[in-house]
Amino acid sequence: MVARPSLVSGKSRTDVSKKKLILLILLPIALFLISLFLGRYPISPWTVIQVLASKILPIRHSWPDTVETVIFQIRLPRALLAMCVGAGLSISGAAYQGMFVNPLVSPDILGVSAAAGFGAALAILLCGNLAAIQVSAFAFGILGVILTYLISRVYKTTPILMLVLSGVVVSAFFGALISVTKFVADPYQKLPAITFWLMGSLATASLKDVLMVLPSFLLGTVGLMLVRWRINVLSMGDEEARSLGVNTERLKAIIIVCATLLTAAAVCASGIIGWVGLIIPHIGRMLVGPDHKWLLPASVALGAAYLLFMDDLARTVTSAEIPLGILTAIIGAPFFAYLLRRSKGGWT
Amino acid sequence: MEAGVIVKNASFAYGDKDIFHGLNLEAPKGEVLCLLGPNGCGKTTLLLCLNGTLKLKGGEVRLAGRDISSMDATEIARKVGFVFQEHSAPFPYPVMDVVCMGRAPHLSMFSAPSKKDRRIAEEALEKVGMLHLKDKPYTKISGGERQLVLIARTIAQQPEVILLDEPTSHLDFKNQTLILRMINRLARQGLSIMMSSHLPNHALQFSSKVALMRGGGILAVGSPDDVISEGSLKEVYGIDVRILIGRDETGGRRVRFCMPAIESVDAAASR
Repeated sequence: MVARPSLVSGKSRTDVSKKKLILLILLPIALFLISLFLGRYPISPWTVIQVLASKILPIRHSWPDTVETVIFQIRLPRALLAMCVGAGLSISGAAYQGMFVNPLVSPDILGVSAAAGFGAALAILLCGNLAAIQVSAFAFGILGVILTYLISRVYKTTPILMLVLSGVVVSAFFGALISVTKFVADPYQKLPAITFWLMGSLATASLKDVLMVLPSFLLGTVGLMLVRWRINVLSMGDEEARSLGVNTERLKAIIIVCATLLTAAAVCASGIIGWVGLIIPHIGRMLVGPDHKWLLPASVALGAAYLLFMDDLARTVTSAEIPLGILTAIIGAPFFAYLLRRSKGGWT
Repeated sequence: MEAGVIVKNASFAYGDKDIFHGLNLEAPKGEVLCLLGPNGCGKTTLLLCLNGTLKLKGGEVRLAGRDISSMDATEIARKVGFVFQEHSAPFPYPVMDVVCMGRAPHLSMFSAPSKKDRRIAEEALEKVGMLHLKDKPYTKISGGERQLVLIARTIAQQPEVILLDEPTSHLDFKNQTLILRMINRLARQGLSIMMSSHLPNHALQFSSKVALMRGGGILAVGSPDDVISEGSLKEVYGIDVRILIGRDETGGRRVRFCMPAIESVDAAASR
């Protein structure tokens, strides 16, 4: 009996340590506060805290109204949106990497980004109204994934390989349609607008955008969090997961719906921002291990922090704003290369 | 004797290609039934029909008195465990997490294993003698260990029937024996076990019942001594086989084993 004390504990070493947990919770919160006083209009950290607190506590206004406008109308919505987009793309990426049994998958694998990009480009071409662009991007993003799903369905199942290939087909098709809109667009006004939109940016973020994205974001995140342990079983392959009693078709459908809601909402709020959904799950795996029960929440925290940090760089490093999508790739790609070298392809 | 699985008049086809028809088979509790037959004769297909992965074209599979076509994947998985042949994991889950996956059919869609489930998984790992590996990444253990861990996962599933698809392929001599003895032990504890194999000697030494398959169905079912003969192996595999009878000096038992008649195989190849 002495030789097997571990049998009583029912606990495993894979449970994530408290230190890492605290880091994962504090990191996005700290970056969020920092984001509020970073920027070209200087506001001291103490003022930021006072302004935030004044919404709840009775504090005397000792700051100019501009400060409040900058914080509540510009920086706060932008920070919140960056966190939602980063978290949404990352948790979708983590869930897809498990579901597709492949660590190289990113959330746009089923064609959502290309289709949403076309939706936006089309709306820019036809009217240029911001709300129309966002609605069109969201709708086309979801339409793209539905198309992929229908193409890949054979004998009432959706084999992983069929999903991937159909995703490639749909992405290529909508990619071509984007080129068509660019080709016919007026080169002085519409073409730059399309190009800039596709690069991805949070520069126009408003509180309205946050409220628009929030329902999809919450629905998608909660959905994925609920099924996160089952993603472990699914990642052993369809046949094996089914032999373990998992209704693989239903589970895959839940994951696809949630990830599509998240990614389409992200794209319609910020344009196409690559790399986040691919690398954050890897960083998460290095931190908390491959168990999706921990990996998904970790991806939410890390993704929110990462995109917030990138967006802070995008708006503060140079006097002109750098498109966020360019920055995530320029910093993300070499960083990913470094991680790859370090892990020697072990994905741990 | 009560049977864990009963197959009645079963037929299956991939599209137009008939794999078997009119197939009848029973896997009694407490016994190991070994499926023997050449490549492509439908051993794996039959096993996949028994856990509902593939749907029969005709006939039925009965599990604890119920037709499995009326059961969903979760209900089936509570009764039948499946150990797959080729196995590679994409992510380096700790061994313990892999065994815990065996608890999936007992958990609701939205929950993760509880302490109780982890304890069941640990007991299963201990049963196969692999508890010391519980924190090791599943991708970093040897093939034999991995097969034992997969058997532990199936034990954690607490089924009445275990199906194994060539459980000893890719394993060395010692590990093959280890796995087959583990399977014998599980049968003695009251499980029905059905496994496929390419080695008639495994059936002779480790199984209590043999079903000899060839394209289209089953040629013979019965005890290994009755079913495995020079004639029946020749009929199924198409080569001459010799059955040798010897004496296990240490164990003091009479043993039967078989080997291919090499001259006749060479002659057939050069014809």
